[in-house]
Amino acid sequence: MGRAADASAGVQVRRRGEGVTFWSDRLFRTVVVTCASVLGLLLLFFAYELWQSSTLSVRTFGWQFWVSREWDPVRERFGALPFIWGTLVTSIAALVIAVPLSLGTAIFIAEVAPRWLRQPVSFVVELLAAIPSVVYGLWGMFVMVPWLREHVQKPLVERFGHIPLFAGPAVGVSMMAAILVLAVMIIPYITAVSREVILAVPQAQREASYSLGATKWETIRRVVLRYARVGILGAVILGYGRAVGETMAVTMVIGNRPDMTLSLLQPGYTMASVIANEFTEATSPLYLSALTEIGLLLFAITLLINALARLLVWRVSRGEVRY
Amino acid sequence: MRLSRAHELWRRFLNMASLALTGICAIVVMAPVFVILAYLVVNGIRSLNIEFLTSLPKSPGETGGGMANAIVGSFYMVGLALMLSLPVGVGAGVYLAEFGRTRYAHVVRFMADVLNGVPSIVIGVSVWALLVVPMRSFSALAGGVALSFIMIPMIARTTEEMVRAVPNVLREASLGLGATYARTMWSVVLPAARGGIVTGVMLALARVFGEAAPLLFTALGNRFWNLYLDRPMANLPTQIYEYAKSPYEDWHRQAWAAALVLIIVVLVLNIIARVSTRERYRALR
Repeated sequence: MGRAADASAGVQVRRRGEGVTFWSDRLFRTVVVTCASVLGLLLLFFAYELWQSSTLSVRTFGWQFWVSREWDPVRERFGALPFIWGTLVTSIAALVIAVPLSLGTAIFIAEVAPRWLRQPVSFVVELLAAIPSVVYGLWGMFVMVPWLREHVQKPLVERFGHIPLFAGPAVGVSMMAAILVLAVMIIPYITAVSREVILAVPQAQREASYSLGATKWETIRRVVLRYARVGILGAVILGYGRAVGETMAVTMVIGNRPDMTLSLLQPGYTMASVIANEFTEATSPLYLSALTEIGLLLFAITLLINALARLLVWRVSRGEVRY
Repeated sequence: MRLSRAHELWRRFLNMASLALTGICAIVVMAPVFVILAYLVVNGIRSLNIEFLTSLPKSPGETGGGMANAIVGSFYMVGLALMLSLPVGVGAGVYLAEFGRTRYAHVVRFMADVLNGVPSIVIGVSVWALLVVPMRSFSALAGGVALSFIMIPMIARTTEEMVRAVPNVLREASLGLGATYARTMWSVVLPAARGGIVTGVMLALARVFGEAAPLLFTALGNRFWNLYLDRPMANLPTQIYEYAKSPYEDWHRQAWAAALVLIIVVLVLNIIARVSTRERYRALR
């Protein structure tokens, strides 16, 4: 960073006076630039370590790893497809449940609720994000799973057991349990970001709509949500990233069985939960390497998801949204 | 075009119904908080006692014992993570706030946000490869480092916002008095932003205090006391996980007690953070 960079660096730096540079200022700047660089280095470091540790598995299985359904630690045959499947099913289904509820809540907080109610409701919703994952897991394991088995899954199997989606037996720990816990866990993130995006919609947009005779709901649906849609999409993608990477709670309720099943009532496995569940038990280098390779894929996926979400949310907050 | 009376009524009905529906959404979303907290309090208090807070775990299957080492271990590693992440996080945040318009700053800000979304289990695996493999032992150090990697981007982003919110007149006054830029930052801007930074740090602490995933194969857990950096260390989140998975009734009971302790710490940190922000905003007004 030379003088040229300094000149364009920002208001504060220029204000300090051109041509005068104190050694302490240089030192200060070097220190903060170094700190900032740590962030970038961290990402590179994660990528490097994961890649390094998974080379054995990459060399042994190649592309087969991603398409093989076999996960047999005893015979050392590893394929990641069941985990990719489990992650996809649980995260997408969780999104389907969470998005309408989050949007409704965000609209309620930003547009509908009386002013005095907004802060408390926001606070309670944010508490959902404050509850640790392992506590969700504990509650899910001992309260939700037995309840689901008795009151939801058994009736479902009795009536709709012939549909593959609800094929029995009802065992409690299942994809369904994971989906419900995940939905609750990502709701606060989607709600918080959507709320911000909705609040950022200019007031003039709403007033124009009212002046044309639109009702409040029509204004929300046709004007506010339309204006905010890119940001809301960003919020949803951000929530999806959370769902994909969520570990402890899912591990504790999904049943951890590497089967690919269509039934929501059967146990499954996700990429994050197989790492959490088997990493400390993995004894052979190849086993560890296979688990790390799953970690590498998880890292790559969440990186892409978050990058996409950030770009969308940033576009909105910088006011670059156009129809 | 004249709209019919029926259509008018329908629009009004739709308006009321939809607005009511958003309220129902909010209630449905808020319900789990109260349900989970109620279960924690009821099941936790029943098993929370002096023995739990002050003694070591008993052998598997035996009744009694506690999690004193895990409680201390959690604070120990979170404290370690704080020491590692605070200087770096605040430094990076100051850079983003003060030199935030450069291309490099945009890249860094983007990376901080992406880092915030990296699953904590992935961070655990990376730190395992970095520290556990070469040291040939699970360790408290590895646990603390893993937690600090989660905290750094969080602290950086809140610091950025708080430093940015410091009014420019403060900077100008200090520079006008002849202070150097570094001096201005250190003696004027950072103290002015301190309250907000503390809030951000509290929230980051609350988040990592409950994290089990990055500790599973870095700190691992320990049935005995340990205060050495290079040995496995017990901690509340992974202990809850292990106990919940176990077949023992008494361990399930203790898992609930541990979860109650965990949630109390997390909520206290959250509430302190919120109260201090509110005071700060009031002071600014």
